[in-house]
Amino acid sequence: MSDERIPETWNGAAPQATPQTVHMSHGSGGRLMHTLITSLFQSHFANPFLDALDDGAVLPALPGRLAFTTDSYVVDPIFFPGGNIGDLAVNGTVNDLCMCGAVPLYLSAGFILEEGLALTDLEEIVASMAEAAKKAGVHIVTGDTKVVEKGKADRLFINTAGIGTIAVQHPMGSRHLQPGDAVLLSGPVGDHGIAVLSQRKNLGFSSSITSDTAALNELTAALYKTRGEAVHAMRDPTRGGLAAVLNEFAGASAVSIQLEETAIPVRPEVRTACELLGLDPLYIANEGKMVVIVAEPASMEALDILRQHPLGREAEYIGRVCSGNPGLVSMHTELGGWRIIDQPMGELLPRIC
Amino acid sequence: MNAAAPFRDPAIARRLLDEIGRTMTRPWTIMEICGGQTYAILHHGLDQLLPPGLELVHGPGCPVCVTPIDFIDKAISLARRPDVIVTTFGDMMRVPGTAANLLSVKSEGADVRIVYSPLDALDLARHNRDKKIIFLAIGFETTAPNSALAVAQARKEDLANFSMLVSHMLVPPAMRVLLGSPMNQVQAFLAAGHVCAVTGWKPYQALAEEFRVPIVVTGFESVDLLRGILQVLRQLEAGAARVENAYERIVKPEGNRLALAQIEEVYEVCDRTWRGLGTLPQSGWRLRPDYAAYDADKIYTFDTSSSEENSECISGLILRGVKKPPQCPAFSVRCTPQHPLGAPMVSSEGACAAYYLHHNGVSHER
Repeated sequence: MSDERIPETWNGAAPQATPQTVHMSHGSGGRLMHTLITSLFQSHFANPFLDALDDGAVLPALPGRLAFTTDSYVVDPIFFPGGNIGDLAVNGTVNDLCMCGAVPLYLSAGFILEEGLALTDLEEIVASMAEAAKKAGVHIVTGDTKVVEKGKADRLFINTAGIGTIAVQHPMGSRHLQPGDAVLLSGPVGDHGIAVLSQRKNLGFSSSITSDTAALNELTAALYKTRGEAVHAMRDPTRGGLAAVLNEFAGASAVSIQLEETAIPVRPEVRTACELLGLDPLYIANEGKMVVIVAEPASMEALDILRQHPLGREAEYIGRVCSGNPGLVSMHTELGGWRIIDQPMGELLPRIC
Repeated sequence: MNAAAPFRDPAIARRLLDEIGRTMTRPWTIMEICGGQTYAILHHGLDQLLPPGLELVHGPGCPVCVTPIDFIDKAISLARRPDVIVTTFGDMMRVPGTAANLLSVKSEGADVRIVYSPLDALDLARHNRDKKIIFLAIGFETTAPNSALAVAQARKEDLANFSMLVSHMLVPPAMRVLLGSPMNQVQAFLAAGHVCAVTGWKPYQALAEEFRVPIVVTGFESVDLLRGILQVLRQLEAGAARVENAYERIVKPEGNRLALAQIEEVYEVCDRTWRGLGTLPQSGWRLRPDYAAYDADKIYTFDTSSSEENSECISGLILRGVKKPPQCPAFSVRCTPQHPLGAPMVSSEGACAAYYLHHNGVSHER
């Protein structure tokens, strides 16, 4: 409990001992931990479900089917152009719910902090989580904090889990692709992975590329509302990039997918960085893009819906679902040849999400 | 670089393809030396667009593919030492040694780090004085100037904790061996543009004259490759055998004098064992005796008596262009990029991996 005689800030600052960094005692269940929770997490995430500060959040009953997901975030570095591990942790889990056809509602947040993490860094990250949650219309309703000794973690790791209500009634997902379907992509690929890579000290290149980290809930909501029944699958191409998602789709639905090289949007600076590093943009992570598989007759309308939203302004029709060659993803090259777009091979890249 | 640059212009590429079709009157077999060229050919689907009868075979120019297995075993034994950080280009991580690869020893706790330049390894040495930093200096004439610069800088700074395990290779001696082999089917070469950017194209003149083969210095973009192919075809059809430069925007006849001087200061020519090709005379560079203090081969002792290639891997035939990857019984069955039996299935520049990734034996009908 806090000592009422000593005025405190959220980091437990008392005149005689001012921790500027995370200490083991921030995770010990004692006074420092309490002030960390109330003055940092509670003040930023403020909502009626969290404010009770019980062992878990008690939530109102939700109608219909629910989607439930979890993801852990270990990106290195924790700050990168266009975002940080905090907004990534919120947007990533919000997007996972959206891709299941859900309206995201509640998130949990678990923090594993390395002793010595600057408290100002932690506050910046928590503040961006709060802002991302507000933007996506979700509440962070419960959480946990652990502190591990220096060297036992890399600054901080965040786990978020999320619940949402299913907004579409028809079966949707990786097993529901049908020959003839259109493949839509909401914008240029590769921004996030290259933005993170550009910050690596030993790469020695800087770039103007920023992460695309963003919540896609408005984009998916607009699609459900108008052409929901025509959407057969959606996925955000994070680790493994566009190639991983399409291979998974083709395999799960036993169909093939044919892409048009010239239709796939890639920013010129991402393309150049990829060439320098020997990478293929189709395999690079994104954190604010989605692939939409939609019945062909609805494809142009769906593309328009995507393009009307700022996050989908550069959306493109990039390919088609075909029968035959189950599991195969191939690309018609700019020159008129073909090549296979295989599963990514466990790339040797730094942690990007 | 710019996607709209003329060396990528699809309209120019199509015109060149038409011209190639008009020029060719009979079947020819051409080898592209460099793995980067193999990758680009398959990446753009050029192999499907060239006229039937024009056979492109893939050469030995993939650095990790030709690095011998005992080198990998040495690197692994270095990585297992607690006082050592091994630094390497990423491609080396999955190359199979006799019993392990660098990725697997890393997961067992060895400190192996991927760098994009040997100068990063130097930086690591400056900041980790209590560790020995060893850079795996592999590759052809293209990577040698950088590693030479790094080791020269290490000596200048007296960085006693930096050393290199060196297996640099030279392209022309390997071409000589291929041309001299009774199995040779190659009638002309696309020489590797980046290699020639360092050495110039003069070293190839003797080969062209002695073996009566056209050699065209060729780049890596679609239009570059098609120009190289067209120039080779014109020579073949005319019975000529010259060295020509189809990559003038990068390659000068004399090469890069600064880079060559840096190499000359640090390295001397030596015999070198190539994976799949055996020991080729005067086909590599090693550190000069002046640099013995930075030569991991001199600093550490190794036992490579049990180093052994996987017996099923036909990389020797692949690297000589005698067989194509799909002709290997293990291809895409027991040998995949996830579980490579041999080095050409590892790097994206390796012929087997390039085939696996881009074709996988599937035909495309729209």
